[in-house]
Amino acid sequence: MRQFIAFVKKEFFHVLRDRRTLLILFGMPLAQILIFGFALTNEIKNAQVVVIDHARDDASRHIINRLAASSYFEVRENVMDKNRMEAAFKEGHIKLAVVFPARFQSDLNHQNYAQIQVIADASDPNGATTLTAYVSSIIQDYQTELNKGNGLPYRITPEVRMLYNPQLKGAPNFVPGVMALVLMLISVMMTAISIVREKETGTMEVLLVSPFKPMWVILAKALPYLLLSLVNVLSILSMSIWVLDLPVAGSWLLLFAESTLFIITCLTLGIFISIKAKSQQVAMLISLMGMLLPTMMFSGFMFPIENMPVPLQIFANIVPAKWFYIIVKSIMIKGVGLEGIWRETLTLCGITLFFFVISLKSFKIRLE
Amino acid sequence: MVRLKNITKTYNHGAVKAVDDVSFSVEKGELFGLIGPDGAGKSSIFRMLTTLLIPDKGSATVAGHDIVNDYKLIRSKVGYMPGRFSLYPDLSIEENLDFFATVFNTTVKENYHLIEDIYVQIAPFHKRRAGRLSGGMKQKLALCCALIHKPTVLFLDEPTTGVDPVSRREFWEMLKRLRQQGITILVSTPYMDEASLCDRIALIQHGRILSIDTPQGIAAAYPNSLYAVKATDMPRLIRVLSTYYPHMHSYLFGEVIHLDARGMGGYNLPDELTQFLTAEGFADIEVKPIAPTIEDCFINMLVRHDT
Amino acid sequence: MTLKEPVITVENLTKRFGDFIATNAITFDVYKGEIFGFLGANGAGKTTAMRMLCGLSVPSSGRATVAGFDIYRQTEQIKRHIGYMSQKFSLYEDLTVAENIRFFGGIYGLSNHQLQSKSEALIERLGLQAERGKLVGELPLGWKQKLAFSVSILHEPRIVFLDEPTGGVDPVTRRQFWALIYDAAASGITVFVTTHYMDEAEYCNRVSIMVDGCINALGTPSELKQQFNEPSMDGVFYQLARRAKRGD
Repeated sequence: MRQFIAFVKKEFFHVLRDRRTLLILFGMPLAQILIFGFALTNEIKNAQVVVIDHARDDASRHIINRLAASSYFEVRENVMDKNRMEAAFKEGHIKLAVVFPARFQSDLNHQNYAQIQVIADASDPNGATTLTAYVSSIIQDYQTELNKGNGLPYRITPEVRMLYNPQLKGAPNFVPGVMALVLMLISVMMTAISIVREKETGTMEVLLVSPFKPMWVILAKALPYLLLSLVNVLSILSMSIWVLDLPVAGSWLLLFAESTLFIITCLTLGIFISIKAKSQQVAMLISLMGMLLPTMMFSGFMFPIENMPVPLQIFANIVPAKWFYIIVKSIMIKGVGLEGIWRETLTLCGITLFFFVISLKSFKIRLE
Repeated sequence: MVRLKNITKTYNHGAVKAVDDVSFSVEKGELFGLIGPDGAGKSSIFRMLTTLLIPDKGSATVAGHDIVNDYKLIRSKVGYMPGRFSLYPDLSIEENLDFFATVFNTTVKENYHLIEDIYVQIAPFHKRRAGRLSGGMKQKLALCCALIHKPTVLFLDEPTTGVDPVSRREFWEMLKRLRQQGITILVSTPYMDEASLCDRIALIQHGRILSIDTPQGIAAAYPNSLYAVKATDMPRLIRVLSTYYPHMHSYLFGEVIHLDARGMGGYNLPDELTQFLTAEGFADIEVKPIAPTIEDCFINMLVRHDT
Repeated sequence: MTLKEPVITVENLTKRFGDFIATNAITFDVYKGEIFGFLGANGAGKTTAMRMLCGLSVPSSGRATVAGFDIYRQTEQIKRHIGYMSQKFSLYEDLTVAENIRFFGGIYGLSNHQLQSKSEALIERLGLQAERGKLVGELPLGWKQKLAFSVSILHEPRIVFLDEPTGGVDPVTRRQFWALIYDAAASGITVFVTTHYMDEAEYCNRVSIMVDGCINALGTPSELKQQFNEPSMDGVFYQLARRAKRGD
């Protein structure tokens, strides 16, 4: 027993004297729990809703006011034709559209029955369901009000259309998210240990005393992992198509190209970690713990970013997975082309360039 | 070819002084040995000369180029073999050699004549992964990789550490042959007996140079007379000798004990000592004057420093 | 002439790795209080043999006892009765001198009282009073090795195995180290040491030299020098090791 305690004491010494790992072990969870607490919410707030009011009568104004008053929605009025509306959905500007037919009030008066079109972006099935439920309940409330008093009951039915994912399958939301997560983790992890391993095993020492260029090392380390990751992309896509029954609505080529870009972004991030980390252990800790949770939380596929406090929303902008998630959803589920996602693509390019440049600049050409 | 001037290097924000005001030069074509135990500062010096570290104070040039400003030029001209095996363990002998030849903008064929003698010893294993080679083969591979681009200066940091005496001797034979090719070679080693195989040596301890000269020069500068003493019951002998004349330094040296007879001029030590030891009950007593080895010189300098 | 009591007996001890015979039927004894030098070139099979004797590796065939315990069936007892120190691992660098002593003392099963007195004696013997709160990693190599050796015999084992304990150490500290070894042997601890310094071979009572897995020489340094007609152990070693086919 005494001997066992001797071991326990020793292990405590080892752990407590490794300052750097301690910082990561304590600091990271703390930071993440704090962020989680603020960011974690499934409630919908300020969802972008567009109202197209062909009727412009009392009844429609009533309902629109109710919608605007609700904190769930941020209502914009617009007279859009079908094409513009579809474009707005494709580009992700709106999550929900409520369309009042021209003869709304008169339909109610004459037929005691009217319909309102509710069109939701079902590429996020949970969000879509929640939003349409909110709208429906507001419409229901109005209907109840109308029915106070005696007379023939009024019926207002929301005609719900779920865009892009009529069956509200989880896969359209989940596959792009997992794709972003998996590609990011693997690409970052693979390169994160590559350079620091050479520092640890000593091979870097001999390499430094030679006419090599840091640029070669960086590019050469990224290239094999790039090819391997592309194989990953292919297998994820094939699985989603044939096993999960989720076809690609847009261009295959574009999806592949954007995936390549995202992988390169992650590889450069991994290389930067590798250059800065002092040991393989630290590199692994940073790329797993440091990358996993932020990517999960801030890519937008688990928790809507719009619902987070503003500082976190701004932070989400530097998480590459956020942009890639939007890109993949747009191409796979909404069938959007490059015109619709050029902003996100440019952002990824910018992030990649940034990491590449600081990697080059921080590459240590000496041993200390 | 290599010149150091007042080089100082500290670690941990000045807490550890690894190299303390070191100056020396190595001429072209010399086989120069940096002799000292672990922690003496040899690796730090080599790392500064190969431009991997920057000195805190002082300056140095290798092949005429400054180690801080012209590091790129130095890195293309020197060969370096660090203290521990630093090649790629998951690449084969062949692949490692090819890689380093290519990085230095040359091919294995071009300079094969330089490494031929060494490479033939490991050639039968040329497809084996470097991680699976024996210690001696790793050493030979590392040497080949350091030579393949025909360096002007070769830096070998403790290439024979942990190696048995026979292999060590063979390694130094290889180095001598290399010297004939006109390559300047700097070697560091903790083994004192290897010092005599160099053209010139620098003895180093605690970051400071104790002495620089040819091995013969250092031995000739030994200040006192040295004797080898032998008798039966060596463990008892060493204890008795230390009480004989307390200011005489005696220490084990293989099968004999070395006695440094400082300041005993005009005194017939062998006869006196033999008499004393016989009286103490020792038999088969031998007391002979001997020429000092580098190890004797090193011990003498260390002891002088500490007292 | 005192009767010599064997503390290690080895008979035809063999270790095979597939087709490769690392240790080939070696036979020898080591007696109590001896300083036994176990020499050989790299790749000759020394490390394999030592690991078997320390109870760390199971032999392929042959017999051996260490401190009276069988190396097949009683490895746990062997480990309790021996000390071990190698160049690669000796003490924990991020623990202080005092903490290391306390830890290893605890492992060896010393009582608090014993630990206290032995710890003090050790620190005094080595002159480390001022350093007892320093991390071992900050000590110079020579002091580390001397401390590691003293810790390895803290529990007064019957035998202590030393694997190249003085590699890279300066000549003065080396000799101080061997003074410690002599003291240990004088107090009855048998010392089993491997080394690449041939002058240290001379300090041993008896020496064995392994070549290609077999013991090709066994005896006192003077006997071997006579047998091989060489003036020094260096010469004896050179003669034997040169004929080796294996290894480097």
